[in-house]
Amino acid sequence: MDTTFDDPAAIRRAMQAAQRRRTWRALLLVGPLALFLLAVFVIPIAALLTRAADNPEVIETLPRTLQALSGWDGSSEPPDAAFRALAQDLEHAKNTPAAGELARRLNYEISGYRSLIFKTLRRMPIEAADDADARAQITALDKRWTEPAYWAVIASNDRAWTPYYLLASLDLKLDANGHVVAVPPNTSAFQEIFSRTFVISLVVTLVTLVLGYPLAYWITRLPKRHANLILICVLIPFWTSVLVRIAAWVVLLQREGLINSALGGLGLISDPLPLLFNRLGVYIAMVHILLPFMVLPLYSVMQSVPPSYQRAAISLGSHPFAAFWRVYVPQTYPGIAAGSLLVFIIAIGYYITPALLGGAGDQMISYYVAYFTNQTINWGMASALGLILLAATLLLYGLYRRISGRELALN
Amino acid sequence: MRGALKYCGVGTFVWSTVLAYNAETLKTPPTGWADFWDVKKFPGKRGLRKGAHYNVEFALMADGVPPQDVYKVLATPEGVDRAFKKLDEIKPYVQWWEAGAQPPQMLSAGDVVMSAAYNGRIDAAQREGRPLKVVWNQSVYDFDYWVIPVGSPNKDQAIEFIRYASSPKAQAAYSQHIAYGPISKEAIGMLKPDVLANVPNSPANARNALFNDLEFWTDHGEELEQRFTAWAAR
Repeated sequence: MDTTFDDPAAIRRAMQAAQRRRTWRALLLVGPLALFLLAVFVIPIAALLTRAADNPEVIETLPRTLQALSGWDGSSEPPDAAFRALAQDLEHAKNTPAAGELARRLNYEISGYRSLIFKTLRRMPIEAADDADARAQITALDKRWTEPAYWAVIASNDRAWTPYYLLASLDLKLDANGHVVAVPPNTSAFQEIFSRTFVISLVVTLVTLVLGYPLAYWITRLPKRHANLILICVLIPFWTSVLVRIAAWVVLLQREGLINSALGGLGLISDPLPLLFNRLGVYIAMVHILLPFMVLPLYSVMQSVPPSYQRAAISLGSHPFAAFWRVYVPQTYPGIAAGSLLVFIIAIGYYITPALLGGAGDQMISYYVAYFTNQTINWGMASALGLILLAATLLLYGLYRRISGRELALN
Repeated sequence: MRGALKYCGVGTFVWSTVLAYNAETLKTPPTGWADFWDVKKFPGKRGLRKGAHYNVEFALMADGVPPQDVYKVLATPEGVDRAFKKLDEIKPYVQWWEAGAQPPQMLSAGDVVMSAAYNGRIDAAQREGRPLKVVWNQSVYDFDYWVIPVGSPNKDQAIEFIRYASSPKAQAAYSQHIAYGPISKEAIGMLKPDVLANVPNSPANARNALFNDLEFWTDHGEELEQRFTAWAAR
């Protein structure tokens, strides 16, 4: 008799060992990629997203002031001790980067706070005999220090987290009583910009679907050799740099561009059509750039749909269109879903195309993320806008899965 | 010169944001921002930098505010409303630019009839022979500054360099190569008339110009840029 048969535990051990080896090998194979993704993708994104609520400036730079203000009601005269604590904190922060960060953070809440902080910093250190003397000296530096509103801003930032950026990204703010209220009209337009981002992405997705579906269908009906040729034609623009393609669209669409001069030359139009620096230009270029992302998933799904089903439906008496619509199209749903989701999610983050081809009213949310990171160096706002965009996208993906009842799959 | 010395910086040169136009397309020269806003007298698109800075100043000057009062008016909420209301008037005619190289290009190509532009860029285009002209009236001039980062290992050489670069002789030589103004009155006195005619802070060019208020923009920049963003997005 076989020895292993006598000892089932030995078999189990041998199998477990083999299983472990397999697991280890698999881990070794994906390990480098997993580490890479963790280091360059997961950790940086997580770190950036925390910046959307991170609020270290006041608690780190003005700890004594916060302590002195801890029992203060927020509207009466701040206690004398707070003035002396402020002088000590600012003396400590003088000539460090923390001072600039503090000034910038406070200026978000009250315009003018930045210069107030710098002006006060320059006079530090002060020799104060007691708390009341510190008060007299600081209020003499700038009379704004007599206004409780400036102190209330410091007192309200006594936590390491703030909803300020996330609320501002939705055109909201906290009022003096801690209620969430809308910011004054005309001062902020992020709600509109978010909805514009989703509308543009949705329109682009629908147009690429309408244009891409017949194309993908046609390619699947072609003989293999021709199909490959057409697919290469679809892919060639895909291999060209996005910037080059956008520059090409500028040449085509501009006032004196090819399209306008051709239409004008044919006598179809008397004035050049406005095709550039508006929504139309953005749609045209985005549809062109994203079309391969729709055609390829559609084609890969359509290829696996046997044509015999449609023929069977027709031979059983169905109208050819009904056979197409009720037999063929449902079998391509996974392709439609995959293509639409891919195009929509890529479109939602579009930046360079609207920036170069759109007008001021056609910019999508990424433009403002770039604006806050590159121009005003406001990481809080940039992260908050990104976080909201990510959350909205995940929400939409969740909805999509709820409706379609399946995972994203290409087969 | 006023503004040349700051707590943390020494002036490098004086540059200006001006009204520029193409002398071949505009037969009657515009004289200031009121003309820029006058789309009947000067039909066509206009170029403005995409951002609040300068545009709110231009709007107030177009609305009749004298340069010396612009920042006083802008410091009030009513003044800001007034500037944006004035910008509303011209919004449909504006082609926005972001890079300083764009306005000379847009003017040469005839995309716009006039544009706000950096004077150095217009000067460079003029040196290439393009028919662009500058309106100095109501221009907004400003300094660039030398600064030394905290902890710089070459602080002494940096100070030495800044001392040299700020000397009247170096300043006057600089202005010959690009139309940026010197930071000292002494250097201005050393410029030849043809160079002097193109620098922002010559007595003639600065007569009715506005000196950019750095403190104002330090305090109100974020607020106004945000409002501009909201305004432009509609």
